[in-house]
Amino acid sequence: MEQWVLTLMTFVPLLGAAVITFMPRDNHNLIRWTAAAATAVPLLLAFWIWQTFDRNLAGINDPDGFQYVVQFDWIKAYNIQYFLGVDGLSVPMVLLTALLSFLCIFASWGITKKVKGYFALFLLLETGMMGTFVALDFFLFYVFWEVMLLPMYFLIGIWGGPRREYAAIKFFLYTLAGSVLMLVGMLALYFTGGHTFNLLTLMAQAGTFANPSLLIFGMNFAKVIFVAFFIGFAIKVPLFPFHTWLPDAHVEAPTAVSVILAGVLLKMGTYGLMRISFPIFPGVTKYFATAMAILGVINILYGAYCAMAQTDFKKLVAYSSVSHMGYVMLGMAALTHQGMTGAVMQMFNHGTITAMMFLLVGVIYDRAHHREINGFGGLGVQMPVYTGVAMLAFFASMGLPGLSGFISEALVFLGAFQTYKLFTFLAALGIILTAGYVLWMVQRVFLGKLNEKYAELPDINGRELFTLVPIGLIVLILGVFPMPVLDLMDNATVHLVELVKNF
Amino acid sequence: MPPLISVCFVILLLPLLGFAIQIFVGRRLPDHGWYVPTGAILAGLALSLWIFFGHMLPADDPGWSISFKWEFIRIGDFSIPLGIVLDNITAVMLIVVTVVSGLVHVFSTGYMKDDPRKSRYFGYLGLFSFSMLWLVLSDNLLGIFVGWELVGLSSYLLIGFWFEKQSASDAGKKAFIVNRVGDLGFLLALMIVMWLFQTFDLAELRAVMADFGLHGVPGHMEFWLTLTGIGLFCGAVGKSAQFPLHVWLPDAMEGPTPVSALIHAATMVAAGVYLMIRIFFLLTFDASLVLAYVGGFTAFMSATIAVAQWDIKRVLAYSTVSQLGYMIMAVGVGAYSAGLLHLMTHAFFKACLFLGSGSVIHAIHHVYHEVHDHGRDAQDMRNMGGLRRHMPVTYWTFLLATLALAGVPLTSGFLSKDAILAGSLAFGMLHPGHWLLAVFGFGAAALTAFYMFRLIFLTFHGEYQGKPGEERHLRENKLNLTGPLIILSGLSVFFFYSPNPTDAAAGWFYRLVPQPEQPVLSVGYPSGAGHAGQSELDDPGAGEFASAGLVKRAFATSVTGDGGADSHAEETHGGAAAHGGEVSAGHDAHQDHVHHTAHVRAMILSVLIVLLSIGAAWLTYLRRKISAERVAAALPRLHRFLKGKWFFDELYHATAVRLTMGLAAVCAWIDRVIIDGIVDGTAWVVERKSFLVGIFDDGVIDGGVNGLGWLSRTLGKGFRRIQTGDVQGYLVGALVGVIVIMLIQVL
Repeated sequence: MEQWVLTLMTFVPLLGAAVITFMPRDNHNLIRWTAAAATAVPLLLAFWIWQTFDRNLAGINDPDGFQYVVQFDWIKAYNIQYFLGVDGLSVPMVLLTALLSFLCIFASWGITKKVKGYFALFLLLETGMMGTFVALDFFLFYVFWEVMLLPMYFLIGIWGGPRREYAAIKFFLYTLAGSVLMLVGMLALYFTGGHTFNLLTLMAQAGTFANPSLLIFGMNFAKVIFVAFFIGFAIKVPLFPFHTWLPDAHVEAPTAVSVILAGVLLKMGTYGLMRISFPIFPGVTKYFATAMAILGVINILYGAYCAMAQTDFKKLVAYSSVSHMGYVMLGMAALTHQGMTGAVMQMFNHGTITAMMFLLVGVIYDRAHHREINGFGGLGVQMPVYTGVAMLAFFASMGLPGLSGFISEALVFLGAFQTYKLFTFLAALGIILTAGYVLWMVQRVFLGKLNEKYAELPDINGRELFTLVPIGLIVLILGVFPMPVLDLMDNATVHLVELVKNF
Repeated sequence: MPPLISVCFVILLLPLLGFAIQIFVGRRLPDHGWYVPTGAILAGLALSLWIFFGHMLPADDPGWSISFKWEFIRIGDFSIPLGIVLDNITAVMLIVVTVVSGLVHVFSTGYMKDDPRKSRYFGYLGLFSFSMLWLVLSDNLLGIFVGWELVGLSSYLLIGFWFEKQSASDAGKKAFIVNRVGDLGFLLALMIVMWLFQTFDLAELRAVMADFGLHGVPGHMEFWLTLTGIGLFCGAVGKSAQFPLHVWLPDAMEGPTPVSALIHAATMVAAGVYLMIRIFFLLTFDASLVLAYVGGFTAFMSATIAVAQWDIKRVLAYSTVSQLGYMIMAVGVGAYSAGLLHLMTHAFFKACLFLGSGSVIHAIHHVYHEVHDHGRDAQDMRNMGGLRRHMPVTYWTFLLATLALAGVPLTSGFLSKDAILAGSLAFGMLHPGHWLLAVFGFGAAALTAFYMFRLIFLTFHGEYQGKPGEERHLRENKLNLTGPLIILSGLSVFFFYSPNPTDAAAGWFYRLVPQPEQPVLSVGYPSGAGHAGQSELDDPGAGEFASAGLVKRAFATSVTGDGGADSHAEETHGGAAAHGGEVSAGHDAHQDHVHHTAHVRAMILSVLIVLLSIGAAWLTYLRRKISAERVAAALPRLHRFLKGKWFFDELYHATAVRLTMGLAAVCAWIDRVIIDGIVDGTAWVVERKSFLVGIFDDGVIDGGVNGLGWLSRTLGKGFRRIQTGDVQGYLVGALVGVIVIMLIQVL
């Protein structure tokens, strides 16, 4: 079991997708329940991992620190391995992926167009995401990364809103650019690092890569490759100025896809930096740390300002993601224990909170068929339960103490301040801006007099609550007792910071 | 867990439970379940009284303290615990919070009787009580910050409780955002404290400061300590509505009146003062000065505004701002015990005044309801008058609380306010440059007495100003409204705080909540003790000298002369070398003398000023010998300035709000036009000039669109054929990468 759990988690959804392609296209319920079953398996396995994961092991660059490892040769000629394993960085992401994928199947219940294709692609997407988070061989990582890209492209391009083609192509082009850069960097590492894709072996050669006489295009090898990776990952995060695919993709994507996009896909950028860039290039990481922190601060403030100017509900939430991912960047770049831990925690918390927000936007869009913030008003009277759940999500997004977002934001601030005084202070301005755009939106949508048009709007239904309540509970519980998730990661993050700092 | 701490947990969690019950099942309970949170808070009140009378008073120990901690966050070897502390200050605050909250719950059972969202209202009250109790029970800065934000949330929910009204939802939003501006300072202080000391625990921080008292503050830390003090104070400026962030509090009166009494007069807004009291030992001299001046100015400024308002609740709101300014100033000039005492006395009499105004508004509403007139403003004092005859209980309780607020002898307000005024006077005498503080203090006292009696005369005296015949609908409210008024006004008598009506220091309060040591002050302090502290920085051998810096707040004034707080000359460390000790002892004798003089002078002066002001109000609004209209007409600019509340709202709207919205528009424009312009332009170039690129085939872009349309038609036929179109373009791209790398390797 130990050995195969990650493989099962990754490939059961793929199996589900394969099964679905052989199903009659009109039996929607059969397809949906098959998809639900295929995502329930990884969720149960993830839960089991959460229970059995040894919190004392650090991982990162220590081969003995990884758990549930499976490793054998895949393509021997190029020394490519099938190498999976998890440590404190990946377990929170695996939990997040499994949870959101499962809930999103239920959020997709209302899809009626080409149901079969939708769920098959969705399951394929989960395989890609899961694989990316558990792969320890760079080539394998890359394959999963790309596997994830294609279904996402089609899910936006086919099941999306009116401007879906534009959004899908934009997403694709951006991500393509990122992938190419990553591929180039990966091959450079392969040939320089003794023909291996094994990430741990590559990390062990960090000293070789850092050799200043090692050049590429006449420039410092480590810096060039680091930047190539960085742009590739920054597009995913997304960092300013590579972020404009995100609002479009989110707005056009169907609800469940937005949830996955914001909840899981964005995390791959920062995860990639932590898993690959930081430990392989610790020296360059230190060199570029300030630049990364500045980008993080720009994201926080710029994203918040953009969010404030939006009139589309979903776009507002999308820009809030840009802002909140800035905290992750700032926390990482600080290279302190609290900062790094706060960053990973923020990845998890942003995943849950933003998922709630997108699900909530979906709920209202399904009823009112528009997302114009100024077109609502007074929903607090008509839909009290919906409003209650929405308040939880939006206040969590604002970093209200007692909810999970506060823990990670506070850790990021405390950690980042030790390294960057002024930048962290500027970043903290974000707490005012966030309160501004969130409360202004809440006022326009939920408060005031009820718009007569919506006097018949039904409150949130049981299926929708089923998708929201579990995440809401996690947000609440982690706000009060953060340790159950925090203790998964703290050894890994501390180890990562020490690794980079002591290089 | 010590048993008393378990009791604290019960007090703390009962209201939270009430909140949860109300939110989930409140509407289905009989009569919307008002009794759930009410019962919870009254039980908490009983337990708090038990702690106060059964443990705190019998212990009779200024250092009495029990605490309990648990792990909240742990990262590697680093951990942030949360904890609860029960000491004299907490015990006092528990009484303040549960008494006012309990009475407001009772009052609300009448005031909110017919509100359709009553269940939620009581739920929110429960949430507030929990948050406030958490705030006062926390033993560390992070815990206080958590409570700080949660009271802000409850305040937001309750200000905007009638959220259908645009003005109510605006006010809630404004309150939260303005508070967040202050919270930025709090957050900054948290970051500095974590960076400097790796702990948020107040007891540990106090130990560090005491160590600084012995060995001197490391030079580079002085700046950061001052910044910490000012940052925490920024939080207090937001929460306690001090200049320049006071603008949210008057608007917060949009909430139901009992809420104004509980949150925006008695408890939450005092949280800023409470925080300053808790972190008193962290304040440097510079930070203290900032507190003193901001508090003094606020006290004076908002008192001037209160004089020109017609809305009964707004007068009280500006009065609250002004009184909070007093408390902050008290902490700033070192009148520590006086500040906390004023917090307590003010909580009771101001809650009484707000509930009294609620009683009036309730009665007037009733009148308007009876005559089917909903156009008139039930809060405008120009529509009132003569209510004394119809509402005797409300009148007499209101009058008693007003006397306390104005600072008339024999009231609780006289004790505490007089102590603060004496403090500001003594501060000016010890530091001749700082006479302005006393001017602010006495000026505000004069204005307070004036506007409060203006309110009394306009509302309760004279003739009823409504339509003729309406008067018969005016009637006193039932016991659930008047009962809390009677209790709260009763608590405005001096007896509860000190047996001597002229000296607060004679009472239990000063004995149990004495001035703490404030070692940091020695740095930058210009007197003898300060020099000793500073010389130590230059000469490590002179450590003993620095201990003179340990005297309790050397420059300050624990106000009432020979009270227990001033016996600190003996407390300078025994081993202190003669030089430092003598400087300090001589200095202290001088201070005692100053305090005593200041106390006597302040008392005489304030009584005189208050009586004159009451007389002026009497002449103007009752006897009509002085025409307020003519005065206003003679000074049109001043009148407009005061009536317009010094135009702070307009100023902020023209600057901060417009700047933010403008930046938001600019960022959105950059995103849409510039960045997307570049992106789309690139795509266009790739698409149109793809032959130049050569190796990219047209499929990258056009193929994407076409392939997609094609795909949506044929998806059911299987995934095999998806692989054409854009994907091939991508593969080409990938291939280019591989080739480039291979070439590099070969070369």
